[in-house]
Amino acid sequence: MPRRLLRDAKIVVDEWRYVAEAAADSAAPLIVTLAQWQLEPDTWLARGTPLGVVLSPAHRVELLAPDLRHFALIAAEFSGPSEGRGYTQGRLLREHWNFEGELRATGYVRRDQLFFMARCGFNSFELSDTDIEDAYTAFSTFTAAYQPANDSGLPRRLRTSVPAAGAPI
Amino acid sequence: MSLGYWRDSGHAKYGARMYRYDITDKTLVRQRVAQFRDQTQRFLTGALSEDEFKHLRLRNGLYIQRHAPMLRIAIPYGLLSTTQLRTLAGIARNYDRGYGHFTTRQNLQFNWPKLEQVPDILAELAEVEMHAIQTSGNCIRNTTSDHLAGITPDELDDPRPWCEIIRQWSTFHPEFSYLPRKFKIAVTGAPQDRAASLVHDIGVHIVRETPSGELGFEILAGGGLGRTPIIGQVVRKFLPREHLLSYLEAILRVYNLEGRRDNLTKARIKILVRSLGIEEFTRRVEAEWELLRGGGLRVDAAQIERMRSFFNPPAYLTLPNVAPEAGRETAFRAWYRYNTTAHKVPGYRAVYVSLKKPGVAPGDATDVQMDLIADLADRFSFGEVRVTHTQNLLLADVEQSRTYELWQSLERAGLATPNIGTLTDIICCPGLDFCSLANAGSIDVARLINERFDDYDYIYDLGEIDIKMSGCMNACGHHHVGNIGILGVDKGGEEWYQITIGGAAGADASLGTVIGPSVPKAQVAETIERLLEVYVQERDPEERFLDTVRRLGIKPFKERAYAAPIAA
Repeated sequence: MPRRLLRDAKIVVDEWRYVAEAAADSAAPLIVTLAQWQLEPDTWLARGTPLGVVLSPAHRVELLAPDLRHFALIAAEFSGPSEGRGYTQGRLLREHWNFEGELRATGYVRRDQLFFMARCGFNSFELSDTDIEDAYTAFSTFTAAYQPANDSGLPRRLRTSVPAAGAPI
Repeated sequence: MSLGYWRDSGHAKYGARMYRYDITDKTLVRQRVAQFRDQTQRFLTGALSEDEFKHLRLRNGLYIQRHAPMLRIAIPYGLLSTTQLRTLAGIARNYDRGYGHFTTRQNLQFNWPKLEQVPDILAELAEVEMHAIQTSGNCIRNTTSDHLAGITPDELDDPRPWCEIIRQWSTFHPEFSYLPRKFKIAVTGAPQDRAASLVHDIGVHIVRETPSGELGFEILAGGGLGRTPIIGQVVRKFLPREHLLSYLEAILRVYNLEGRRDNLTKARIKILVRSLGIEEFTRRVEAEWELLRGGGLRVDAAQIERMRSFFNPPAYLTLPNVAPEAGRETAFRAWYRYNTTAHKVPGYRAVYVSLKKPGVAPGDATDVQMDLIADLADRFSFGEVRVTHTQNLLLADVEQSRTYELWQSLERAGLATPNIGTLTDIICCPGLDFCSLANAGSIDVARLINERFDDYDYIYDLGEIDIKMSGCMNACGHHHVGNIGILGVDKGGEEWYQITIGGAAGADASLGTVIGPSVPKAQVAETIERLLEVYVQERDPEERFLDTVRRLGIKPFKERAYAAPIAA
């Protein structure tokens, strides 16, 4: 069954494949793990499709920095309901490393977290089917905020107008 | 989306004495109520599992306790208007069993609300500019401060505007809402630390740089109690004011990425600071700060002034200092000496409302008492009440000449026990009676101590001394930093107590030392009496208990405590 996800506030069918899913679909854009990437980058590049990479909670964003230009997608993994490193990874990728591709939240992703994730730069979300239909409303859970952050994951009309902490004035 | 944080262009209402919500604050708390109502509904209809709901309710101060849910309400830096206090009294009356419990972090807990009514309670709170946001869970908690802020003679600068700036920055912070563990910040502006800032995850001290004379902050990190008590260490000696938030953000970011998540008991920032060492921790924070300091978190002079304008002094009268005790009865004189303290404005005094009456759980107040205190604050103290981290209340601005009249009202209501700063001003967590984490009761022990030490001449002779008690390792009662600390432990299903001495929570903070094997409940009061006997016998003139312990070490105390068996 095709995977649905919420991307840029729309429910879409995911065209990306993780390595385990990719056998039958060699033309599909492919998401590799960081370990797979580091082991044989040339093999993946030779495939000629857009590439994405999964970042585990414990991975430092700096590990990806030299190779960022190869990736159209970065998926940060949320390993459980109390995992919070991905929020910082997202902001660092957007604000410090200027990553402009798809930033995806994967793993334990529930609608109750979407607002914060979107304020940390995530613009796509792998949600369970029960959550996905209602999830759009999560972006407007709050229509105000106290602190600047990176709102690039929010629908444009819901973003704050002040630059994030790391952005130059 | 509107961004209405500390840099909002609006101005405080003329004469404002505490922060007042603007449209952004109001919008946020109302949307929070709606969000929590929806989450509660989804839980009650089965759409959210118990575990999923747990992660959500815990971000809103709601614990499932021994008997019922416990709801913790934030009292930002301990400041309450009388309208807010009356609302809390109403909630105690209408949704709980007629009382609430003030905590060491200046919050209020209700022990008996019904889960399905919590959204309604939050809606009532929102109407008076209050909430329960981030009062539990692994996020940035209520920012606490000196209860004498703005009125104490030795203050460098008022910490409250900074507390409010931190409150806003930390509320619904998208990056720091799923930290490895809870995170507590305290801010003080006076040399005497009345906020226990050295045992907070971050302590912010207002300091003056020499020789420039510029006001800024000393930043400490890595303090904490719980299973592994540690005194905080200096990360930065002087931080210019405009960088406070970017620096806090840098610390939180290092912690969020590097704090341990594999073991809850090692997840606080103190463990990270200790394992990296303060130099390496500081280096990482400073590196992160370089990326953040130039950005949108800068607080400029106009914003500081704007926030300061919310904390104007009240309309003080020009009054002479007087001696209200002269010619009055002993009971009033004792109360005036112990339960009132110096004020920087001549003719005024700050008055403690003791919530440490013998026989009452420390920190508890009934709805009737809360209403009465609100009335008295309106009559005597410009309509403001403060919560102290020692679980008492404070009327900050009382005319000295009216203290006798105020005392009479407090006395009638059981709120004038003249024991502030003495042996029976016990700090105490709810313990086994309410808390599902506790190993042992603590309220009961407070009662036994009060029964044993009921002679005020003796208590006054002992002078400044504090007892702090926790029902378990989590140390909500701050036992590590009590001059005498008591920790409840479970021993084969029985409640036993481990005793420490020599702890202190102020600017000279230190951790207490365990005197020896734990004792059963019935022997706690006798053991303390023996410790006090050693003190009375060995002290130098005017020497505090703490200083005698520091001078002699624990040996003589230990020997006396265990010298002879205590009759059961």
